[in-house]
Amino acid sequence: MAAKKETRPKRVRKAPFIIILVFLIMGIVGIMTGEGSRVLEQAVQVCLSCIGIG
Amino acid sequence: MEIVRKWVQTITALLVNGSWSFPFTRTIYQGPLKVVCSPGLNCYSCPAATTYCPIGSLQQLIAGIRIALENGQNFFGLYVIGTMGVLGGAFGRLICGWVCPFGLVQELLYKIPSRKFNIPQKLNYLKYGFLVFFVILLPLAVVDDFGYGELWFCKYVCPTGTLEAGLPMLILQPALGQTIGLVFFNKLTILTGFIIWAILASRPFCRTTCPLGAFYALFRKFKLVKLRLIEENCTRCEACHSICPMGVKFNEAPEDAECISCLKCMTEACKFDAISLEIAGLAVGTQGGTKIMSPKRNNGAA
Repeated sequence: MAAKKETRPKRVRKAPFIIILVFLIMGIVGIMTGEGSRVLEQAVQVCLSCIGIG
Repeated sequence: MEIVRKWVQTITALLVNGSWSFPFTRTIYQGPLKVVCSPGLNCYSCPAATTYCPIGSLQQLIAGIRIALENGQNFFGLYVIGTMGVLGGAFGRLICGWVCPFGLVQELLYKIPSRKFNIPQKLNYLKYGFLVFFVILLPLAVVDDFGYGELWFCKYVCPTGTLEAGLPMLILQPALGQTIGLVFFNKLTILTGFIIWAILASRPFCRTTCPLGAFYALFRKFKLVKLRLIEENCTRCEACHSICPMGVKFNEAPEDAECISCLKCMTEACKFDAISLEIAGLAVGTQGGTKIMSPKRNNGAA
């Protein structure tokens, strides 16, 4: 099946910016609820069972 | 361009594994940088790791969600998902091609001379199963008496964790050897299997198993930086097919979920300026045709 051709003028796609903004807000909400500290707390500990030891 | 990419991969791998005091401390880095997300798959229990692994952290938060809620902490994984989403929305699987340390390891293994094999396209869908079941549903649903779930992907599958954390920790703390059992040998077998597979086929873990790659692949249509096909320049010579390390037939599926934007097709294969890089819809560089081919298929397969 032949590919459908179309002509598009060069224009900025907005969708990536909207998606990035949505996830950015999500991340900020996460920080505000203290999730950043929780992630740090977990990441500085060796979780042996998580890596198959113990 | 390939040399530039290799340098970027190497420098990033060293940055996210930039703490080299572990031979003296015999444990992992515990500084404040661990609040920063590693864009690629990089185990945060690796002694040299300076960042957190998004897949590991997401599982930790999901596995402990019941306890957190009982304690009045609204930890739903928004910080981790938000970070992953920003990275995915901006770069998608370009991250796999340019900054993932385990991707680099697989590329180096593939350089070992041997007979090479293709990977069946249907296996590409497996990684979405690992993302949904091993990263989200199983840690959420299967809990112990106290309400904690397990990190299913890290514990039972992730070869990156075995390579970067499990084996180094056993070397740094030999006493841990007394605690290893079936789970560790299972993971060692998986790691060995992927090492052998990566010698025989290109990036098998990325294509079939990586949940982070599966997440980034969800952004294939809407990511900020992507490759595009200039259909009027394409001669259908299929040079882009054979060079792709992910098995993508770019001129047939320019928005294929497997494309890691390594740019090999653009810089090494296509002689007709039919592939260009775009940022938010605007062509970067000298190439920039106006007729753009609509993707024939976007079925997630390479």
